[in-house]
Amino acid sequence: MDFLQPVTWAEALEAKAAHPDAVPIAGGTDVMVGLNFGHLRPALLLDLTRIADLRDWQVADSAVRLGAGVSYARVISELGDRLPGLAMASRTIGSPQIRNRGTVAGNLATASPAGDAHPALLAAGAEVEVASVRGTRRIPIDDFYTGVKRNAMDGDELITAVSVVPPSGPQQYSKIGTRNAMVISVAAFGLALHPDRRAVGTGIGSAAPTPRRAPAAEEFLAGELDSSGLWESRAELPEATIARFGELVAAAAAPIDDVRGSARYRVHALSVMARRALTWAWADHRSATQEA
Amino acid sequence: MSTPTRTPTGAPEHLTGPGSGGVGDDAQRPDGVLKVRGEFAYGSDLWMADMLWGVTLRSPHPYARIRSVDTSAALATPGVSAVLTSDDVPGEKVYGLELADQPVLALDVVRYQGEPVALVAADHPETARLAAGRIHVDYDVLEPVTDARTALGHPTWNQVHDSTAEVTELSRESAHLHPEGNLVRHLKVRTGDPAPTADVVVVGEYEVGMQDQAFLGPEAGLAVPAEDGGVELHVATQWLHVDQKQICAALALPPEQVRLTLAGVGGAFGGREDLSMHVHACLLALRTGRPVKMSYNREESFFGHVHRHPATMRYEHGATRDGELVYVKAAIYFDGGAYASSTPAVVGNGGTMGIGPYVVPNVHVDCYGAYTNNPPCGAMRGFGSVQTAFAYESQMDALAAELGMDPVELRCRNAMEEGSATPTGQVIDSPAPVAELLRRLEAMPLPAASGDGEVDLRDMPGGVSNTTHGEGVRRGVGYAVAYKNVAFSEGYDDHSTARVRLEVVGGEPTATVHTAAAEVGQGLVTVEQQIARTELGVERVVVHPKDTSVGSAGSTSASRQTYVTGGAVKAACEKVRAQVVARAERLVGRTVPDLRLAGGAVVSDSEDITVPLADLLGDDVLEETLEWRHRPTEAIDPETGQGFAHVQYAFSAHRAVVDVDTELGLVKVVEMACTQDVGKAINPQAVVGQIQGGTAQGLGLAVMEEILIKDGKVRNPSFTDYLIPTILDMPPMRIEVLEYADPHAPYGLRGVGEAPNISSGPAVLAAIRAATGLPLTRVPVRPEHITGT
Ligand SMILES: Cc1cc2nc3c(=O)[nH]c(=O)nc-3n(C[C@H](O)[C@H](O)[C@H](O)COP(=O)(O)OP(=O)(O)OC[C@H]3O[C@@H](n4cnc5c(N)ncnc54)[C@H](O)[C@@H]3O)c2cc1C
Repeated sequence: MDFLQPVTWAEALEAKAAHPDAVPIAGGTDVMVGLNFGHLRPALLLDLTRIADLRDWQVADSAVRLGAGVSYARVISELGDRLPGLAMASRTIGSPQIRNRGTVAGNLATASPAGDAHPALLAAGAEVEVASVRGTRRIPIDDFYTGVKRNAMDGDELITAVSVVPPSGPQQYSKIGTRNAMVISVAAFGLALHPDRRAVGTGIGSAAPTPRRAPAAEEFLAGELDSSGLWESRAELPEATIARFGELVAAAAAPIDDVRGSARYRVHALSVMARRALTWAWADHRSATQEA
Repeated sequence: MSTPTRTPTGAPEHLTGPGSGGVGDDAQRPDGVLKVRGEFAYGSDLWMADMLWGVTLRSPHPYARIRSVDTSAALATPGVSAVLTSDDVPGEKVYGLELADQPVLALDVVRYQGEPVALVAADHPETARLAAGRIHVDYDVLEPVTDARTALGHPTWNQVHDSTAEVTELSRESAHLHPEGNLVRHLKVRTGDPAPTADVVVVGEYEVGMQDQAFLGPEAGLAVPAEDGGVELHVATQWLHVDQKQICAALALPPEQVRLTLAGVGGAFGGREDLSMHVHACLLALRTGRPVKMSYNREESFFGHVHRHPATMRYEHGATRDGELVYVKAAIYFDGGAYASSTPAVVGNGGTMGIGPYVVPNVHVDCYGAYTNNPPCGAMRGFGSVQTAFAYESQMDALAAELGMDPVELRCRNAMEEGSATPTGQVIDSPAPVAELLRRLEAMPLPAASGDGEVDLRDMPGGVSNTTHGEGVRRGVGYAVAYKNVAFSEGYDDHSTARVRLEVVGGEPTATVHTAAAEVGQGLVTVEQQIARTELGVERVVVHPKDTSVGSAGSTSASRQTYVTGGAVKAACEKVRAQVVARAERLVGRTVPDLRLAGGAVVSDSEDITVPLADLLGDDVLEETLEWRHRPTEAIDPETGQGFAHVQYAFSAHRAVVDVDTELGLVKVVEMACTQDVGKAINPQAVVGQIQGGTAQGLGLAVMEEILIKDGKVRNPSFTDYLIPTILDMPPMRIEVLEYADPHAPYGLRGVGEAPNISSGPAVLAAIRAATGLPLTRVPVRPEHITGT
């Protein structure tokens, strides 16, 4: 196995163009597991950790542009206010060691249906910035996940950054695991309320071949909030609305039975998480006025 | 009841002695600093210049006939030195702890997924793995038998209480997994009225999933060929001499030519009592004439050792209206998997102690161990008692509910005490403070209710995964009590050997303790030092490396080493001390009745005598070696189970407090409290450590730990999906250690390691039941069991 360690982004893109089979390595928390289990036997490892640019985040065009090398630990400590949904998701990931090494970009490239960043990114409406020697393109998160552990990148492309617009309303993230830490999700749910756009964002994890949104639930809730003037009045949400939202989120899932949980349980858990997340988010939205 | 040697105390730190490093002190572990600093060498760290790496090719099928094995492509791989199959085993081709039924390398049939078929030695582990992949095995795949009751031909429960119905096994030819049939052992306990009746009857069926020992240091060892044609094996194991015996048989070598030394052991819990890579590495080393290292990775480890027997159990309890137990009937099925391992002894424990620490006049127990094509099951901490405790303690709760009685009250009313007879007719002749353990738990304050004040996610079911801020959360409290035999039972010649040497090294009197007792992380080496310090009055005690150049210490299992090897070390020290005292008396020229050893000298309290050992011994070395035995036990009657089967019992009780998110089925154990009688805490800190660790392992089985098997295949052989508790799952504990001396045991001590592993899980299960109101008859409890989805 060969090992390349570029120090500039241009070198990295050239290397990837020259060796499309090269496996990039960032935190290594997926790659090293693959190597140890013998599932991954790459001819070439492309280490991205020496590229200083990747380790930064900035605010650009009113969005946070999160460099591919930023760890979960930094998302939690530096971006908890700007990217609350992603920070909440990051808190559920692995252990302190994993959060110190692992990156959102690594989670995206792996594109596991169980990856915890995905529901938060889907709910927030993120964009993935990918680059190659041919140029840069921005892939809307909705178009990024193309199949089980597959994504929309080409062989010569690398992830440069993820862009997320800081929210105009509350966000929540919930994840079910069968122990209280260090666990792969059995089902996960991300929620973002966007009062500025009068829209609702959702993301579902571990309950379909890919991470996905629950569009019917989003439209239903946004419609209810609109038609009842709730965005402005910030009155209490009717129980029936909360319940229906939960049902629609669950209905968007297409889970399977596996060692981590049954399909029926996943559907049930999603409806419960969706109801609770909405209740918490709405309480935040209401208290935000009182402060304003 | 005899008086406690020390007033039982509330806080473990009060147990701490004066700090001389002797018996009763929190003496520091000799290996502690190295382990904390990551410098301790485990089996997987063994290394020798010029060594080869051995790997194992395993069967992918749970049951198949082997038509042929073609090793030519593997042998042709550059870097490969040897490829071996069962044809290359020079001696006995099968081995086993109790019954020799397990092939060293597969013969004509493989009986479980992961059964070793062939071995490769190469100059690099990757090369060896690559070559192993090139061995072509032609399998004729057979339909596996994956259920113990099916294997025994007992598909329904009805017949099990019919004492006339003998075991009728499956007649289907292919279902006979072993020539003698699928029954490994059937134990019967019969006492009192065979057809009892009672006012109140509760019946329950229970199931316990397959737990793994989940030790952190995978199987590893290094075999070095010796000039005398023999082999030296450095291996992480639990019982050097039983390994040696089996290796000798397989290699057709005498014990003098098979020398074992204990390598650093990263946990065991029973999973290293059977052979793993031992014979394999020796075969490769003898064939190649080079040192051979074998070290499993995590996935292989799941296939490389036995697990805890899964069990299905049906219990019937009858009681009077006021809560006195009249009878218990039980049918207990242990799935032993493909080979016997220690199934017979597990059945022995499960059957003889299967109704719990209660006095019951009429008992009818049938306990079976069966062969199936599931992974082999054998020793694991709690050994047959963990499974039954879930059933009998669930039954006690069900009975209490039926009677409208407090569950602790019901238990205390029926609790064993000193002088009680067990269902096997053994009168308990040392303290058995079952009721006191429970009452002390009950008297402990309960933790504060959750949700008081600001929500801290870490206190919630689901933790920082943010699934509840209190919604759906209900609290439950549960109690359980259990008992377990200490040391080997049923007439086994259970002994240990200790060699103790006293000499002056660099002016300082120094004792050396040499035993073959495996240190597996539990701290036996510390205990050996403490005993020698106390008995010989010296500070410096060297623990000789554990090897087979001294006699057997027996297994590091069954909570027995502090008792049995501790007893042997104490006895050997006493003999050395007698020599020293005799010398001192010769020196002073008369008999002084109260001469003793303290502070590196022979002293007397009645006279002004202080003879430093340095002066008394000079260059002489005093050494004693002896074999030590506890009181003999007896085989039990095969028809009634009656007999003096167990030398000692350990008792512990737990109270669990849980918060359950009843809508999502997630559990947060809020607090575990434990009371345990240890007779005498030789090292109080180590005792508390055993209680915490045992509790965590029991909690794990109650709520998450299970090897999932489908059609004989393991679905989760990794720590990604075989979950063990993290620090956020294991709550703080309240622990009360009682010290009621057992007059038959050295220092009055009782084995400690297993009991807390047994009572912990049933208490958690009871608490979850209390929180949810659900019957919950299977562990581990999964979220689906609580939500019903
Ligand atoms: C013990 C443990 C616990 C874990 N727990 C969780 C958990 O709770 N939730 C969760 O979601 N995940 C978890 N994971 C998985 C893993 O930590 C995450 O998927 C993490 O986000 C991977 O990031 P990384 O930087 O370590 O990626 P790496 O392992 O370095 O790479 C992952 C993939 O991304 C590719 N890659 C990396 N950077 C780039 C780039 N810039 N451009 C293109 N491709 C790239 C790699 O080639 C590889 O395919 C866990 C892993 C471990 C070992």
